[in-house]
Amino acid sequence: MSDKSFSIIGNYKTKNTVEKVAHVIFVTCGLIAVVAVFSITLYMIISGAPAIFKVGLKDILFGTEWKPTAAHPSYGILYVILTSIIGTAMAIAIGVPIGLMTAVFLAETAPKRIANIVRPAVELLAGIPSVVYGLLGILILSPLIYKIELALYKNSPGHQFTGGSNLITAVLVLAIMILPTVINISESALKSVPSHYKHASLALGASHIQTIFKVIIPAAKSGIVTAIVLGVGRAIGEAMAINMVAGNGVNLPFPFSSVRFLTTAVVSEMGYASGTHKQVLFTIGLVLFVFIMLINLVLNKIMKGGKKDADI
Amino acid sequence: MPTSKSIYAKRSRRLDSFAYVMIYLCASISILILAGIVGYVFYKGIAVVNWRFLTSVPSAIKGTFGIAGNIVNTLYIIIITLLIAVPFGIGGAIYLNEYAKPGRLVRLIEFTTETLAGIPSIIFGLFGYVFFGNTLGLKFSILTGSLTLAIMVLPLITRNTQEALKTVPGSYRSGALGIGATKWYMIRTILIPSAMPGIITGIILSVGRIVGESAALLFTAGSGYLLPKLGEYGEGLIEKVTHEGGTLTIQLFLCMEKAQYEQAFGIALVLLIIVFGINMLTKYLAHKFDVNKQ
Repeated sequence: MSDKSFSIIGNYKTKNTVEKVAHVIFVTCGLIAVVAVFSITLYMIISGAPAIFKVGLKDILFGTEWKPTAAHPSYGILYVILTSIIGTAMAIAIGVPIGLMTAVFLAETAPKRIANIVRPAVELLAGIPSVVYGLLGILILSPLIYKIELALYKNSPGHQFTGGSNLITAVLVLAIMILPTVINISESALKSVPSHYKHASLALGASHIQTIFKVIIPAAKSGIVTAIVLGVGRAIGEAMAINMVAGNGVNLPFPFSSVRFLTTAVVSEMGYASGTHKQVLFTIGLVLFVFIMLINLVLNKIMKGGKKDADI
Repeated sequence: MPTSKSIYAKRSRRLDSFAYVMIYLCASISILILAGIVGYVFYKGIAVVNWRFLTSVPSAIKGTFGIAGNIVNTLYIIIITLLIAVPFGIGGAIYLNEYAKPGRLVRLIEFTTETLAGIPSIIFGLFGYVFFGNTLGLKFSILTGSLTLAIMVLPLITRNTQEALKTVPGSYRSGALGIGATKWYMIRTILIPSAMPGIITGIILSVGRIVGESAALLFTAGSGYLLPKLGEYGEGLIEKVTHEGGTLTIQLFLCMEKAQYEQAFGIALVLLIIVFGINMLTKYLAHKFDVNKQ
């Protein structure tokens, strides 16, 4: 044996120190997320609040005129807020049914071989950068929508033509972007429904379709709602994909008018804004942040509710 | 039933056929959209992407366009972001899974991690711009961008590591502790190696998110497109992190704004191939992970 002491309590102290240091380090790492969320919240408020005091909360939130660079500037973002809400709602109304039906297809009716090709493809769709969606939106969707616009408003001289950059184009891009989220999460929700539900329903004489719509989808409800809420979060927070296709005019959100979302308002003017204008852009960011936090709270509630259901 | 004489005769329900039609219609819409996107980008991009496109930088004098600078910037941002996010992410997961006792703190950490995952990238962009860019004085730089993205990908790494740690059997822990290993020794030699596939999956997913990110980088990392200068001893490579640097997605966005659609499609194709590669890699690892479990 060597000279070293082999007592099992010999280096007890150093070991203890290492243990304590390790513990402290891991606690710190755990707290990073907490610190990050708190500082993001703090900084969003710090940078978003000054404009509220300067311009007035009512004038910003309920003003309808957006003229940040005029001699007498006005900073009303009501139309921008409405656009974000209505645009998101429309995208959900289009994207969720298609996504849910695709999830049903993948989980229930598709032949296994086809499902095994489609599923990875959907996952790929989820990974495509949002700017690529924007690029395709400008080059494929916009011209298409412009043709429809020309046909629809042929006889109405009052209409301001948007060249295909309008709410409906942006909504379609958003609807496509939330598809993978909705499909993936709904499919796993549908699949996690216990198979004896399905067997019992089929044994009672219900057809496959009745089973899907009356048993499986209701049983997977909480998962599907999660998918929808995540879809809302993704749609309302998306900026780059719709920046080029929304038209960027501050208007009421009608399908064929050029509109500006909360996100695109920030992206398109942050580069050159200064002074109060810039502060108002941060206020827009704050409004968006409040929306997102509300969505997160809802999501958190649903997830917890879902867990309780599963326990029973 | 008056309509069917035999119970073997299947009653066809009109509503059922309608539902089938809707299901197949919606599924084919989804599939067509996907195939359309991938096919169109390949079709338009393949003509643009060549060796020169990948290895040169935009130059007004030579009249060339290339994305070498953007590729280097992307690599810089990926590496620095991961260097920051991975240790903290793994550490946080270890704390949640190995040290913490269920209670208020754990709930708070888990809630904030969820929240962080749900914040849209443009908010991260604004925060990074104000906090790292202005308050810490890092301005538009690769470092600002990386710090911002590190916060953004933190939940991805924490969650994947946590999932992996959960699958490590409890007997490993009691075995290691039982033969006299300290907790830190056990974590270092047993838990982290066992959780490696999950950690790597988290890292790869993060790389995917970083490569595709644009809104969070626009106001933080800026839009430089030049290659780093080497300097006398290679110090230029390190200095580069304090300069502006646009990633591939940012360059794609800028090309779109200038209506340079050809170049934009070239970059889109490169991005699509990267995303595809990342997807395959995650699949492969997940598969390998599964085999280990059995």
